[in-house]
Amino acid sequence: MRNILSILTVVIAIIALWYVGSFFMNRAWVMDQAARAGETPSLMQQIEGTMTQDRAKLPAPHQVAQELWKGTVEKKVTSKRSLVYHGYITFQSTMAGFALGIFAGVALAVLIVVSRVADLALMPWAIISQTIPVVALAPMIVVLSNAVGFESLIVPKALIAAYLSFFPVLVSMIAGLRSPDGMQLDLLRTYGASQSQVFWKLRLPASLPYFFASLKIAVAASLVGAIVGELPTGAIAGLGARMLIGSQFGQPMIMWSALFAAAILAALLIWLVTGIEALAARMMGGRRA
Amino acid sequence: MKQLSARFERIAWPLGFGIAVLILWQVMVRAFNIPPAILPAPTEIGAAIARSTHILWIDWVQTAVKGAITGLIMGAIAGVAAAIAIDRVDFLRRGLLPVANFVAALPIVGVAPIMVMWFGFDWHSKAAVVVIMVFFPMLVNTLAGLAATDRMQRDLMQTYSASHLQTLTKLRLPAAMPFIFNGLKIATTLALIGAIVAEYFGSPTRGMGFRISTEVGRLGIDMVWAEIAVSALTGTALYALVALIERGVTFWHPSQRRRR
Amino acid sequence: MTKKPVISARDLDLTFETNDGPIHALKGVSLDIEKGDFVSFIGPSGCGKTTFLRVIAGLEQATGGDVSVNGMTPEEARKSRAYGYVFQAAGLYPWRTIEGNIRLPLEIMGFARADMPRRIERVLKLVDLEGFGRKYPWQLSGGMQQRASIARALAFDADILLMDEPFGALDEIVRDHLNEQLLALWAKTEKTIGFVTHSIPEAVYLSTKIVVMSPRPGRITDVIESPLPRERPLDIRDTPEFLEVAHRVREGLRAGHAYDD
Ligand SMILES: Nc1ncnc2c1ncn2[C@@H]1O[C@H](COP(=O)(O)OP(=O)(O)O)[C@@H](O)[C@H]1O
Ligand SMILES: [Mg+2]
Repeated sequence: MRNILSILTVVIAIIALWYVGSFFMNRAWVMDQAARAGETPSLMQQIEGTMTQDRAKLPAPHQVAQELWKGTVEKKVTSKRSLVYHGYITFQSTMAGFALGIFAGVALAVLIVVSRVADLALMPWAIISQTIPVVALAPMIVVLSNAVGFESLIVPKALIAAYLSFFPVLVSMIAGLRSPDGMQLDLLRTYGASQSQVFWKLRLPASLPYFFASLKIAVAASLVGAIVGELPTGAIAGLGARMLIGSQFGQPMIMWSALFAAAILAALLIWLVTGIEALAARMMGGRRA
Repeated sequence: MKQLSARFERIAWPLGFGIAVLILWQVMVRAFNIPPAILPAPTEIGAAIARSTHILWIDWVQTAVKGAITGLIMGAIAGVAAAIAIDRVDFLRRGLLPVANFVAALPIVGVAPIMVMWFGFDWHSKAAVVVIMVFFPMLVNTLAGLAATDRMQRDLMQTYSASHLQTLTKLRLPAAMPFIFNGLKIATTLALIGAIVAEYFGSPTRGMGFRISTEVGRLGIDMVWAEIAVSALTGTALYALVALIERGVTFWHPSQRRRR
Repeated sequence: MTKKPVISARDLDLTFETNDGPIHALKGVSLDIEKGDFVSFIGPSGCGKTTFLRVIAGLEQATGGDVSVNGMTPEEARKSRAYGYVFQAAGLYPWRTIEGNIRLPLEIMGFARADMPRRIERVLKLVDLEGFGRKYPWQLSGGMQQRASIARALAFDADILLMDEPFGALDEIVRDHLNEQLLALWAKTEKTIGFVTHSIPEAVYLSTKIVVMSPRPGRITDVIESPLPRERPLDIRDTPEFLEVAHRVREGLRAGHAYDD
C-alpha cells in the first residue's frame, strides 16, 4: 500500500515535470510567433500556446494521450493510420522472433551442456554475438533472406528479434540445466541411470523455473529487435516504421504516439509472459528459480 | 601442464570454430558463385577494409567514439549518481525503483527520432540516445547493488557509529560493484545499437549507420560488411575492456575467483 | 565489594511488532555485569540472547526499562568506542585484505594513519594470525576468518567485547582451540566480555558468570557465578567442579523449559 502510494507520487511527479518541460521547450515557438505578430502574450496565453502545438518539440502528456486515443480507438484497425494495425505488425514479428529465439536458445543450451566441445567452441561466440550491434547486421539479414527467397519482411525482422532474444534464454537454460548438484546427480547414478535419463528426469525439469524466468527479458529484447528491424529494412508498416515516417515528415506527434504505443505493447507482452510464468510456477508446485 | 592445456583449449576451440566458419563462407561463395551484391567472400571484405581504412576511421570516430562511448560514459555516470541520490531517500527508492524497472524493460531505442529532432543530426543526438538507453539499466543495477549488503554487515558499521557516507563508501559501494559492472556490460551492448539506430533518423554524411544505409542502396555490400566487421570488433573490444576492469575491481567476488 | 557495574540493565522489555502480532523478545530482564567479567548467555534459540546483546550495543531500542553502559546510554557508549562486536559469521569484507578489514573500524573512527600498522600488528598477534595480514578472507579457513573478525573487534581498544555465538559455525576441534585462545586473550587484555552460546561446556569453560535464559517471553531464569579459577586449562572440563556447574546450567535450562507446554 505504501509502495503504491510512492509509485503514484513518482508517476504524478514525472507527469508534472513533463508539463513544465513542455512549457519551456515549446515557449520559444510561441514567443516567436507573437513577436512576428507584434504582440506580447500573457502567461496564460503562453501556457495555452505551448500545450496545443501540432509540431511541439515536447508535446504535453494530454496531447500524446489524445493522439494515442485517436490512433487506437477512433481509427478502424485496418486503417494504415491505426496504431493497432502497426502494433499488430510489430507484434507479429516480435512473436515469431520470440519463438525462434526460444528454440535457438534452448537448443544451443542443450548442446552446450551436453558437449564440452560445443561449450568451448560456441559459448564465446554466443557472448560476442551480443556485443555486435544487430542494427548494423540488419540490412544484410534483409538482403540475404531476400536472396534465399523470402519476400515478406517478417522473416528478416523475426531473425533480428531472435538474434536479441535467444541470448537470455541461452544463459538461463545453461544455468538451469547445470543447477542439479552433485548429490542429486549421484543419487540417479546409484540407480544406474543413463546419461539421457539423467537429462530427461533431472536436468530438464530442474531447468524449467530458470527457463520461465528468462522469458520476460527475452520478450522485451525481441520487441526491441522487431522495432529496430523495421528501421533499415524499408518497412512501411510497424511501430518502428511509424517512427521513421514521423521523423522524415517532421511530425513529432507520430513519433511520440508510436513510442508510447511501443511502450504499451512492451507492457502487455511482459504482463502476458509474467502471467505465463506465474501459471507455470503454480503448476510446478510454486518452485522458482 | 594440465592448466596450460585447459587454457589452450579455451582459446583454440572458439578460434578454430571462427576460422572454420570463415573458410566455409569463402568456399560456399566461390563454389556457388554467389554475387558480391548478395554476399561477398571474406577475402573481398578484407580487401574493402584495406581499401577504405580512412573512411572506416572517420565513421568509427563519428559513431563509436563521439556517439556511443561519450554517451556510454555520461549515461553510466548519471545512472550511478542517480541511484546513490535516490537511495538516500526511502520514499524515492520505493516509488522510483518499480518505475525504473518498468522503463528499463521498454524499447527505449524509440526515443531516437525525438533526440534527433531535439539535438540535430550530428553526434550530440546519438550520444543523447545512448545516455537514455544506458541510464536505466545502470540505475536499476546500482540500486539493486546498494541494497545487496546483509543486515549483519550494516550492523557492524553501526557498532562503529559510521556515518551514511562512510557506510556508502566503505561497504555499500564496494559491495555493489558486481551489480554495477553487470549493468555496465548490458550498457556497452546497448551503446553501439543506440548510436547506430539514431543515425537512421538522420546524420551528417559520415558514421557507421549512415555508411551502411547508403552503401546498401548503392549495392556496395562489401563496404557494408566492412562496417559490420568494425562494429563487431568495437563492440567486442568494449565489452572485453569492461570485463577486464571488472576482473580487476571485483577480483574478490566468487564468480571472478572461480575463473582464476 | 560494591564495585560499580560496567553494564547495568534494569527491567528491560522489548516487544517486536510484527505482521503476526507482537513478539515479546525480552521481559523484565535485569542484570549487572562488572568490569573484567566474562558473562555467557545460554538458552534455547529464540529466547532473546541476540536481542539482549543488541540492546546492550545500542543496535536495538528497548521498549521499556533502562540500560546503562559505563554510566551512559548505549548510543553514547557506542560513540565513545566502548564496544567490539563479533557476529556469528566473520562478515569480513572480501574486497579487503585481513589487514584492510582490521583497518576498517580504525578508518571510520578516525585513528591516525601512522598509528594503524602498529595496532593491526598487535591484534593479529593476539589472535595468532601473524603473517596473514596480506591475505584475503576467502583465502583463509573458517576458524581463521573468525579469529580475524575478533582481531577487528579488538583493534580500537574497546573495553567491552560482545560476541554472538562467534564459534557456532565451527567444528568442535577448532572451537576448543579458539576457546582456549579466547581465555588467554581475556586474561591478557582484562576486557569485559558478553558471550552468547548454545553450548553448555563452552559457557562453563569460559565464564565467570553464566546467565540462563528461556523463551516466550525472553527472560533470565538463573544467574550462576562460576566457582572455577580464572586460570583454566582445557582439562578442567573433567573436574567435578566443572561438571557440577554444568549440571546446574542444565537444570536451569530444563526449568526454563517447564514453563511452556
Ligand atoms: N527484528 C526482529 N523483528 C521481529 N522479531 C524479531 C526480530 N529480532 C528477533 N525477533 C524475535 O525475537 C525473539 C528472540 O530472538 P533472538 O534474540 O534472535 O533469539 P536468540 O538469539 O536467543 O536465538 C525470536 O522470537 C525472534 O523471532
Ligand atoms: Mg541468536
